[in-house]
This record gives sequence, structure tokens and C-alpha cells, in this order.
Amino acid sequence: MVAVTAGPLWEVVSSVPDPELPPVTIADLGILRSIHEVDGDIVVTITPTYSGCPAVEYIESQIVVALVEAGWDRDRIRVERALSPAWSTDWITAAGREKLATSGISPPRTSSAGEGSAVGTPVRLGPIVCPLCGSSNTSEVSRFGSTACKALFRCDDCAEPFDHVKEI
Amino acid sequence: MVGSPQALLSYVLRLADDNLILGQRLGDLVSRMPELEEDIAIANLALDHVGQARNLYQYGSELEAAAGVESPRTEDDFAMLRTEREFLNAVLVEQPNGDFANTMVRQFFVDAYQLPLYDLLSASADERLAAIAAKAVKESRYHLEHSSGWVVTLGDGTPESHDRTQTAVDSLWQFTADLFAADEIEDELVAAGIGVDPATVRATFDGTVADVMAAANITIPGDPYQRIGGRTGFHTEHLGHILPEMQLLYRSHPGVTW
Repeated sequence: MVAVTAGPLWEVVSSVPDPELPPVTIADLGILRSIHEVDGDIVVTITPTYSGCPAVEYIESQIVVALVEAGWDRDRIRVERALSPAWSTDWITAAGREKLATSGISPPRTSSAGEGSAVGTPVRLGPIVCPLCGSSNTSEVSRFGSTACKALFRCDDCAEPFDHVKEI
Repeated sequence: MVGSPQALLSYVLRLADDNLILGQRLGDLVSRMPELEEDIAIANLALDHVGQARNLYQYGSELEAAAGVESPRTEDDFAMLRTEREFLNAVLVEQPNGDFANTMVRQFFVDAYQLPLYDLLSASADERLAAIAAKAVKESRYHLEHSSGWVVTLGDGTPESHDRTQTAVDSLWQFTADLFAADEIEDELVAAGIGVDPATVRATFDGTVADVMAAANITIPGDPYQRIGGRTGFHTEHLGHILPEMQLLYRSHPGVTW
């Protein structure tokens, strides 16, 4: 079993876009956990962002499609899911955060709400900044947004609504 | 000591069924919430609960395979081919949606239960259960923040919203003890370090409920009557109405996939 962290195989898989946040790739989001070569088979391991994330099956199929289009044998590709350790927004790379912000989506703040006591509200870490005008004068419109991983905010200076990737 | 495969499967199905039936109830409300943001929120809650149920049913399927069952049930078989007496959810989650206050009070009771449950379960000796719980606990934090916020907003709101919230608490309180009803299955799995002691979860639940009800100016009913039985398949009349609607498609087209 050989871990693959670079080269053509890594390039093909890591550049698969997230279907719900197309500017970023599954590697940017930390959804792609590992690629291994096992006796000539390719084993790609991904982790869902939320238990009920409806994009997981589509992402799995897109990984297979990308590999087959790049010439790999369909019968030798396996995509597996790992629930543990649970995905955290802290795994979103610096490049991923940059791409989210330039696409008008406020990236999650680091040091996730996954820590803390059994009972408590998600940690709020400083102001959420408008990705359009840079103002910190923003307010939450809805804790739940267009996808499981986002909340809806509004900028109180430029008045634009925007998505914020929730810290978990 | 290791829990028996049959006890573990029952335990997993109890956890899964709570989530599936609540997810089905919440799914009914999509497009019917009082405002757009709440509509999206309710869909998100439903999605999280159904997702947690799927993770648990998939594990249940693997447990049957590992136990040597000839044709192990799939996640769809668990959800779509069991009868009312075979569902092991707590009776709280099958209660009708009612008005918005009723929906949010029911959700709050479930969230106040699931958050400490998943938190403790994430340290389970069973690695798979621990992984499923560690994922779910992050979702539960957002759920509890949302539902407790609404209970306070409504309870501490207008006379109308206060009265409706108090009515919801009065009618739903009798179904809360079923969340913590323990039998030999819990005892066996708690002893094995796999399951969570319901009494420990109950202590945290009681603290959360007391805090939120105080902030909402809502009184917890003094009536001690509690309806239990869901964990062993004895349900209120409502589950029997949920199942035909939920299972119609799968039963009409055996083997269908989506």
C-alpha cells in the first residue's frame, strides 16, 4: 500500500471541484483525505462535511469520472468514505479560503466550534467579514443557508447578502 | 466485556429510528414554514437527521453481515420494510408537527437529549459508533442553538406565542421520559463501554431544559404521567400513519433505488 501525495494521480483527483462550492476543489476543502495504491488498485478516501451532505455520492462519481477520463481503469478505482476523524472547517486550506472569499463566500474562521463542552452554543469567533466590501458590520439572517455547510449573512454597510461557511 | 451483536444492532436501530422518524416529520414541513429562512433551516435539520440515520442503518447492515445473517438488510430495508412494532424510536419524535411552537418545542427536547448523548457516545468503545457520534455532535450544537433560541423567543414573546409554547410543552412533556427509557440492552452496552448511560444524559437534559424554560417564562408540567414504550416497539397511534406514506414507494416498487 503506497500513499500518493503528488504526481498525475494526485493532480487529477485533487482538482475535482466541490459541486456546491464550485470555485474550490475537494482538496481545498479537506474532503479528500488520502489516495493509496493497493495492489494496483487506486483507493481514494473522502470524508463528508455533514452526515446528510447530499453531495457526497456525486463527488464520489466525479472522482471516478475524472480518473477514467484521465485514462485509469474503472474497475481498479475504489472510493471509500471515512467518518473519523470528523471533518472540520479548520481543514480548509489557505488557498481554499482565498478562493471562497474571492467568490463572494465568507470563509469559516479557524479553530472550530467542534471543541468545547457537551452543552453550549457553537463558538463565535470574532466578526464575520463581508467578502464583498470588507466591512465587519454584518449580521446573521439565517443560521442555515443554501447548503448544510453555510449560513446566510447580510452586510450592514453595503447591504449585500452573502453566504458564510459555518465553523464546525 | 463485549456487547452481544443482537444488543448492539438494537441499540443502533434505536438511535437511527429517532433520526429517521424526526427527519420524516421535519421533511413534511418544507415549504410550509412561516418564513423563508425557517423553511431552509427546517430542511437542513431534516437533512442532518436523515444523514445520521443513514450512517447508523449502514452500520446496522454491516453488523448483520458480520453476524452471519444470510441476506443482511440494507439501509433501505431497515427504513422501508419494517413494521410499526419493529421501529424502536422514542415516541416523542413521532408526535405530529402541530403549530410552529409545537414543532420547535419537540425539536428542542430532542436536541437537548441528542447533544449530550452524542458527546458521550463519541467516546464509545465501539469505534464506528464513536465516529458517527463525533460527526453528529457538531450538527446537534447548531440544532440546539436554533431550537432553544426559538423556544425563548416564542415563550418570552407575545401572549399568543407564550400560550402556544406553554401548550406545546404541556402536551409534549409526557413523551420525554421515553428518550431515557433503559432496559437490558442499554445495561449490557453501558457495561461494555459501548452505550451511554441514559441517566447521565438525563442529568444534562434536565439542566438544559430548566435553563431554557426559565428564560422562556415557561413552566414544566407537574403531572408525572409519562408515556413510554417506543424503545421496545410500543408506539402512539401516530407512527402507524407516518409509515405507509414514507414506505409507499419502496413497497410498491420492490428493490427500487434512487
